[in-house]
Amino acid sequence: MPRRRTTVALIALAMAGTVGLSACGAGSDQGGGRELTWYTNPDGAVTEAGKANQAILAKMCTDEAKGEYTIRTQSLPRDASEQRQQLLRRLAAGDPGTDLMSMDPVFVAEFAEAGFLAEVPQEHRQPLTQDAVASILEVSTWKDRLIGAPMWANTQLLWYRKSVAEKAGLDMSKPVTWDQVIDAAKKTDTTVGVQARRYEGYSVWINALVEGAGGQIVKNPEATGEDLQLGIADPAGKEAARIIRKVADTGVAGPAMSSTNEETSLNTFTGADSGFMLNWPYVWASPQMAKIKNDVAWTRYPQTVAGQESKPPLGGIVLGVNAKSDNAGAAWKAVRCITSKEHQIQYMLGTGNPAANKAAYDDARIRKEFPMADQLRTSLDGGAPRPVTQYYGDVSTALQRVFSPPNEITDKTPSEADSLIHEVLNGEALL
Amino acid sequence: MSTVADTQSRAGGRPGKKVLSDRAKGERKLGWLLAGPAFIIMVGVTAWPILQAAWTSLFNYRLTDPSAREFVGLQNYATALSDPLFWRAMGVTVGITLVTVVVELVLGFIIAMVMHRIVFPRKALRTIVLIPYSIITVVSAFAWYFGFAVDTGFANHWLNFFTFGVWEKTFDWFGSQLPALIVICLSEIWKTTPFMSLLLLAGLAQVDSSMEEAAKVDGATFGQRLTKVVLPNMKPAIMVALLFRTLDAFRIFDNIQIMTGGSQGTSSLSVLAYNATINRVQIGMGSALSVILFLCVVLIALVFIKVFKVDLAEGRS
Repeated sequence: MPRRRTTVALIALAMAGTVGLSACGAGSDQGGGRELTWYTNPDGAVTEAGKANQAILAKMCTDEAKGEYTIRTQSLPRDASEQRQQLLRRLAAGDPGTDLMSMDPVFVAEFAEAGFLAEVPQEHRQPLTQDAVASILEVSTWKDRLIGAPMWANTQLLWYRKSVAEKAGLDMSKPVTWDQVIDAAKKTDTTVGVQARRYEGYSVWINALVEGAGGQIVKNPEATGEDLQLGIADPAGKEAARIIRKVADTGVAGPAMSSTNEETSLNTFTGADSGFMLNWPYVWASPQMAKIKNDVAWTRYPQTVAGQESKPPLGGIVLGVNAKSDNAGAAWKAVRCITSKEHQIQYMLGTGNPAANKAAYDDARIRKEFPMADQLRTSLDGGAPRPVTQYYGDVSTALQRVFSPPNEITDKTPSEADSLIHEVLNGEALL
Repeated sequence: MSTVADTQSRAGGRPGKKVLSDRAKGERKLGWLLAGPAFIIMVGVTAWPILQAAWTSLFNYRLTDPSAREFVGLQNYATALSDPLFWRAMGVTVGITLVTVVVELVLGFIIAMVMHRIVFPRKALRTIVLIPYSIITVVSAFAWYFGFAVDTGFANHWLNFFTFGVWEKTFDWFGSQLPALIVICLSEIWKTTPFMSLLLLAGLAQVDSSMEEAAKVDGATFGQRLTKVVLPNMKPAIMVALLFRTLDAFRIFDNIQIMTGGSQGTSSLSVLAYNATINRVQIGMGSALSVILFLCVVLIALVFIKVFKVDLAEGRS
């Protein structure tokens, strides 16, 4: 015990030294100049004025804070699962040096349930949530407590080549179904870009299909362990399995369907013989898209069941503050600055990631650069998030495992997923 | 320590307990003084985490739910050992280990022979052979992944060219178990054969060339010289090389993680342990899997040392 105390004292001493040194380095007055560390997901380089990525937002907010705080960004890995791992390790270790985090919405429930995240203080709630897309607010909340601040909200659109849709005789002015899209691609010998690698993007697809058929993967999200009720084996889950298998069997997803992710489907879509693609709006601003933009159009995510409104996938980034942060007060002020409407607009212009603030879509700059702005807003409003449960990581990994590879899915796959998830949650199976 | 004692008793020629001379006592003391600090540090950095893992493996403990931590005894081991996924991973791990070690041994031996005999350009050749080994495993795994992927790869194009169009250009190497394992093994072999050949080269250098010449004078063919003179004389080196590589190959992780992430039935034991510990933060189950992996490695080492009588010190004598 005395030894541990000595160690703690030594570490504390060392840290005090570092803080003192960095304060001197910043040349700020005593008490002010708190340094906030913001863990960001990679979002590309931005050079043009009036546009921003997270690093630029950090700089702008540092300037606006006039010495009250400075924000230093740290980049997380590209892959969502790896981002979760890295944040989780820091949070579980109680790292006080992690102040702000850019989180995929599906992490929120798990982190919040573990007590890793600070609740949004009362005075910041209204400004942080007004005009926010309803679905992203839903995932920022856990057990009726607002845990995160919506920064941007993502949704997938059905991107298509106008020439191909015309050739296939598909009327894109009306809602289309998955079967229609697959058949059209088959008929014209073109591709449908999907994400079916064993990773988070595959869960996004499965969830959207299930929700589109009126089902839910998790029926009672706030339940614990054995009480969790799953809906994956319901008819909606079977319909989802049928569609994925159909995509695999018809070969429209290309030769390496089990290796597809957002990037590969974008490459397929911008290459020869492409027809359709399900992807996030960032693709519009990507360099590959520039050469075919004239032939590209977009519409709402396809319906799982004809006549039943589709539920486009939802993603995005929610900003959270570490419960163990020494600078929580300053961190929430920084969140306010980062997520202001103007900053969300500049961020959307810089990265192509849609703003979480609905008012941003009426801005002239956004309407000029994003002709699909209205479609994005309706998709976001009508979208369905992935299950908001503290066990989401396990649920998602189990789904991906059972649904891989897509060409071996049968009508038994959903019930296999159901039993695997239950076994895993009861500690009776490995993942 | 036991090796030292054995040698001493053998040298003394008297079995059983014996009274140590002052000199032997002094040497033993000096030995402890010299090696003791390193020994203590070794115990601190290796034994402590192993014991800690063994202890944690008896709990149901999830990092995101520390309050629910409970003692479950051997439950985690029972769950792991009764799960078909575990045995599939064990099968994959053993399969990869056998295939890669055997191929590496043969290739490594050929390369070692070439390096041993070639006089010019000896240094350049040895450097070139070592290049794959100097590349970080993650980097080489990415290189092999990109080489075989459908969109970026060249492998399919070459196979298509050399089979006169029979091989499909769009063959998905990572879409099913066997092809994925083949690429994983190829990458592993490419990366670690140099290590094997280096150890074997050291063994080759120890074979007395006069013995080989004598066999040659007596009219032994190349095959006879190899099997009767060279191989028996470098057995210790071969066994040490095999031991090192088997232990290493059994813990395979990087190649699988990069290329398939463990999908299509390519998970190894290390990938399972990683998923439980790092991805699911199920520290209890992850520790149980790590302990099982550790026991497997200990077993391999024991089999090599006790059954095949590998003497790690013999390489020097």
